[in-house]
Amino acid sequence: MAANKRIMKELGDVNTNPPPGCKITTKDEDIYNWDVSMDGPDDSIYKGGKFTIAIVLPKEYPFKPPTLSFRTKIYHPNVTNDDRGAMCLGMLRAEEWKPPNKIADVLKLVRAVLSAPQPDDAVEAGIADQFKNDRKGFDKTAQDWVKKYAK
Amino acid sequence: MDSEDEVNSVVSSVDVGMDDDDSSVDFGADSDVEIDDHYQDDAAFETQEKDLMPKKKAFEVDYRVYSPEDIQKQQDKQVAEVSTLLEQPHEITAILLRFGRWNKERLIEKYMDNQEEVLDKAGLGQDVYKSPPRIDPPRIFTCDICCEDGPHESFALKCGHRFCVTCYRQYLFQKIRGEGEAARIKCPGDGCNRVIDTKSLDLLVTSDLTDRYHELLMRTYVDDKENLKWCPAPNCVYAVECGVKKRDLNKVVPTVQCDCHHSFCFGCTLADHQPCPCSLVRRWLKKCEDDSETANWISANTKECPRCHSTIEKNGGCNHMTCRKCRHEFCWMCMGVWSEHGTSWYNCNRYEEKSGLDARDAQARSRQSLERYLHYYNRYANHEQSARLDKDIYHKTEKKMTLLQGASGMSWIEVQYLEEASRSLQQCRQTLKWTYAFAYYLARNNMTEIFEDNQKDLEMAVENLSEMFEKPTDQLAALKVEMMDKTTYCNRRRVILLDDTAKRLKDEQWEFNVELS
Repeated sequence: MAANKRIMKELGDVNTNPPPGCKITTKDEDIYNWDVSMDGPDDSIYKGGKFTIAIVLPKEYPFKPPTLSFRTKIYHPNVTNDDRGAMCLGMLRAEEWKPPNKIADVLKLVRAVLSAPQPDDAVEAGIADQFKNDRKGFDKTAQDWVKKYAK
Repeated sequence: MDSEDEVNSVVSSVDVGMDDDDSSVDFGADSDVEIDDHYQDDAAFETQEKDLMPKKKAFEVDYRVYSPEDIQKQQDKQVAEVSTLLEQPHEITAILLRFGRWNKERLIEKYMDNQEEVLDKAGLGQDVYKSPPRIDPPRIFTCDICCEDGPHESFALKCGHRFCVTCYRQYLFQKIRGEGEAARIKCPGDGCNRVIDTKSLDLLVTSDLTDRYHELLMRTYVDDKENLKWCPAPNCVYAVECGVKKRDLNKVVPTVQCDCHHSFCFGCTLADHQPCPCSLVRRWLKKCEDDSETANWISANTKECPRCHSTIEKNGGCNHMTCRKCRHEFCWMCMGVWSEHGTSWYNCNRYEEKSGLDARDAQARSRQSLERYLHYYNRYANHEQSARLDKDIYHKTEKKMTLLQGASGMSWIEVQYLEEASRSLQQCRQTLKWTYAFAYYLARNNMTEIFEDNQKDLEMAVENLSEMFEKPTDQLAALKVEMMDKTTYCNRRRVILLDDTAKRLKDEQWEFNVELS
């Protein structure tokens, strides 16, 4: 199948040349389920944290976007604060995803969003509000959560 | 049949000559022929009726019914016209018109103003191609989607993003079959906004998808035009044109009848709900369905698009919603427009608090008024059920008519009064049903009493006729004259009620106990 070759190539690429701070494994040879271990970017308040992210490729991949969920709890306006830890931003939205986009691009996007949250396209309104108006309070909770959940 | 002679009359509140009303002029000469015939058929009928009824009825609106071929012709004609004006080939013009939601004037104006910007926004880039699209012969290159090196056939739009034909087709399959897109599919290239034109699509789309694609294109055309709607009857392929605007819906109940005989409201596409305006109908139905499981699920899991009222189920985590049908972007939490929303999170928080409060209030109020509600609901439901029973009668009518022809020696034409009576019964019950929903929302005053008198008169007329209808077949022939009189009387009572209600609705004389939304 064409998709297999594409996914194998992507896997090969991220293993030889992983995006900064990322380590990728697949579950039991299942190339449609990726586990990513991502270090909090140095220029972000998530620095020092280690986040597990599950990426599921739909069977229509790469014609439909992958879905992404934080398995590690994170205090962030663009990540849902529930057991899914979902993020749907930019290229992760079906309308914006284009088949040439790669998982590596998605991971780069995630890191960029960790460094610079996008409160105007948030999934957690309360957190976005705090991020905009009470940055100190936001930073504190985010760092507390890193200590509590992401060590 | 009331509605067939309604085609010619116009409700005065309907705006004629609005900016996008031009379409009534646009409809092709070919389709006019059919329509003229239709008018002539009705002409005799109409003059006869005019002696009995007031000429102009306030509850009627102007409309036309179109077949898929008519709609295709309309599209083609508009594309051809605009194409000449913009000096662009048909494919490009079609994309531009779809981009501009078929508002020709505004598109032409904008185009003349700033050609480059319009082309760019419509996903056409600046250069306009002259050569027809083609699939390029096999060669070796790495397709950025499947990562195969080939050699494979390939395709690229003018933007130059080249992919192998297999991937291109798979992409289109996903968009058309999976996401129901047609008019605004973009080039698969990363970040590229160029829209794939019809010719390229026809070239690439596999034959099993072609029909679906053209169906979707047609659908976007009708969906985009405010004055066109699909007939909602199952399997019906016709569309109806009506000039009544959304903003007029609190003043008029635009009821149309499709060529498939289905009568529906042009405003909300529900079945004929005269005299009740759409917003009250929506409110009423929501209220009535509160008990059903489906309704519970819908209210728990869906909301309506604030722009087009499509019911939307949220199936992902993101609050940034894009309506699949009208492309409206809004926030799931506060239902506000997304673009305005980005900088004011307070709206969202306040909404949560307030809606919680509103919900609790509403619950308390609904308990208090439950008794009142049940009074109206029982009568509403009764007519709904009776109408169903009348429908059974309607099916039995034909049998009766055949029997009667044998028993009394009457000819086919002579027993038509039975069918007339049956139809009249159904129509009147439909109206009566909605008078109860309407009355539920009326504030009590002198006008309410007039309304209730009219309602009572129609109800009596209907029950009288309904009773006769159940007489054994052998007595029916003797009752012919009486039955015809009663049918006429029913129809007249219905017209009086609808006319009076519609006039007052137009003049905003009714006082309701809720806001018309």
